[in-house]
Amino acid sequence: MMEFLSYGFFQRALFAGVFVAVACALLGVFLILRRDSMIGHGLAHVTFAGVAIGLMLQIVPLFTALILAVLTGLIIMKVKEKAGLYGDTAIAIFSSTGFAVGILLVSLSQDFSVDLFAYLFGDILAIETFEVWLSVALALAVVFVVLRYYHPFMFLTFDRESAMASGVKVKRLDMLLTILTAITVVLGMKVVGILLVAALLVIPAAAGLQLAASFKLAMAISAVVALFSVIGGLFLSFYGDLPASATIVLLAFSAFFLFYIIKGQKRG
Amino acid sequence: MESLVSVEGVSFRFGHHQVLNDIVLSIYSGDFLGILGPNGSGKTTLLKIILGLLKPSQGRVLLMQKSQHDFTEWGKIGYVPQNATHIDPYFPVSVQEVVAMGIKSLAPSERVAKAGEAQAIQEALKHVGMESHRTRRIGQLSGGQQQRVFIARAIVNRPRILFLDEPTTGVDAQTQEQFYDMLARINQDEKITIVLVTHEIGIINKHITKVACLNQSLIYHGSHGEFCSSQAFKELLEGGHHLVSHRH
Ligand SMILES: Nc1ncnc2c1ncn2[C@@H]1O[C@H](COP(=O)(O)OP(=O)(O)OP(=O)(O)O)[C@@H](O)[C@H]1O
Ligand SMILES: [Mg+2]
Repeated sequence: MMEFLSYGFFQRALFAGVFVAVACALLGVFLILRRDSMIGHGLAHVTFAGVAIGLMLQIVPLFTALILAVLTGLIIMKVKEKAGLYGDTAIAIFSSTGFAVGILLVSLSQDFSVDLFAYLFGDILAIETFEVWLSVALALAVVFVVLRYYHPFMFLTFDRESAMASGVKVKRLDMLLTILTAITVVLGMKVVGILLVAALLVIPAAAGLQLAASFKLAMAISAVVALFSVIGGLFLSFYGDLPASATIVLLAFSAFFLFYIIKGQKRG
Repeated sequence: MESLVSVEGVSFRFGHHQVLNDIVLSIYSGDFLGILGPNGSGKTTLLKIILGLLKPSQGRVLLMQKSQHDFTEWGKIGYVPQNATHIDPYFPVSVQEVVAMGIKSLAPSERVAKAGEAQAIQEALKHVGMESHRTRRIGQLSGGQQQRVFIARAIVNRPRILFLDEPTTGVDAQTQEQFYDMLARINQDEKITIVLVTHEIGIINKHITKVACLNQSLIYHGSHGEFCSSQAFKELLEGGHHLVSHRH
């Protein structure tokens, strides 16, 4: 029954997936409440260009994607602030431009189109040992920073002005949150692929927000839903011979849907 | 007496629109200061400048004798913004968590021991009569109850000075009275200096000790007793709009 656990590739996927899922789940709660849930989707598209650059220059694509995602995240933040663009407009502009650059690079050199497919649709079961350790280390770092700055992050999300008046360095924390999001998007890309990263960031958190009466509970439910989706998704994909990324996202959605119904019933 | 806040020749502009003009104002320990003035007279702007949320176009503010840049003891200042209750009703925070934000978001050097924090949160909630609502989601409370929670958050660090910007908008008359009695208690028992922006001159008459009357510039600043016999007060009573002299 538990034979899947003896496969190296399955262990690697499970190990990396679990940590990345928790990082996504915790950050997602803040992103949704900041009305910033599309940032993950946007940055994921930009990582497409990052991956293409990496493959072209034969550098580990995870690195180039990380650099590009962090840079673009910070640029989107600045543009929003300075040019007074609405957040979703800035995201739309940069994500589609990033994706266009990716397409251009791919068309210039046809020989790595197969690799790209794995990045677009996710191929966690093919994750390499080195990528596992990098993902786990980064995901742990993200979780650590989120928990370390939990209260000021919550304060600034809830009531920015009062947070400022309590000496919370809001600009610095905005930037920190953007960097964490960019890192997490790249990690999530390894798990579910560029096109589905946003789901991993948003759906478990949205599920948590359906039922929680406190912030702590929202974070906890989100993390549990994310873990359930990744573990369950990998299991189902192994036995059903289904694509892991799709199964993970659909499981997350079913949890969200269930909570949504429960909430509706509670309200009467 | 020790001045907690000195506003030194502060002017402020939004673009070309002059909002504050050469304000000079000192707030002393123990004061219960009422800031009065018509809509748009710059009351909120002045508070935001004092708290460092806006930078003055001219002049400067000293907080406890330090320039805002060097000031770090933000736990000694409490703030309840105007429209504090305009929150996302579905935001998942409990009453307890809202108060905890005030204490646990401070820079590590300003924070007290963990055990002390839990107790401070309890006490602050008790002070505003909200301890029995501890675990409820903030969005489920009435506006007046929410306002009490925000005050609990503002006093949880036992600040030396508390700024409140029209805290009783939309609160019924009876609750308002209880509310101002509570502020007076905080002022007298806890020795917390209070700065209150308000339109309800009538109801706070019995508590405030100093008045600042603002309309772009400071029209009157002094003791409450003198204020009542002053020209500014008469004009305010005679319809108030005398004070709305828009000098654009
Ligand atoms: N973000 C802003 N951009 C431009 N002008 C602003 C801004 N905020 C306030 N103002 C202007 O500054 C002036 C003072 O506003 P402020 O909010 O300080 O008034 P107030 O005395 O608090 O009024 P109220 O009693 O209505 O709360 C107003 O004329 C307002 O139009
Ligand atoms: Mg105001």
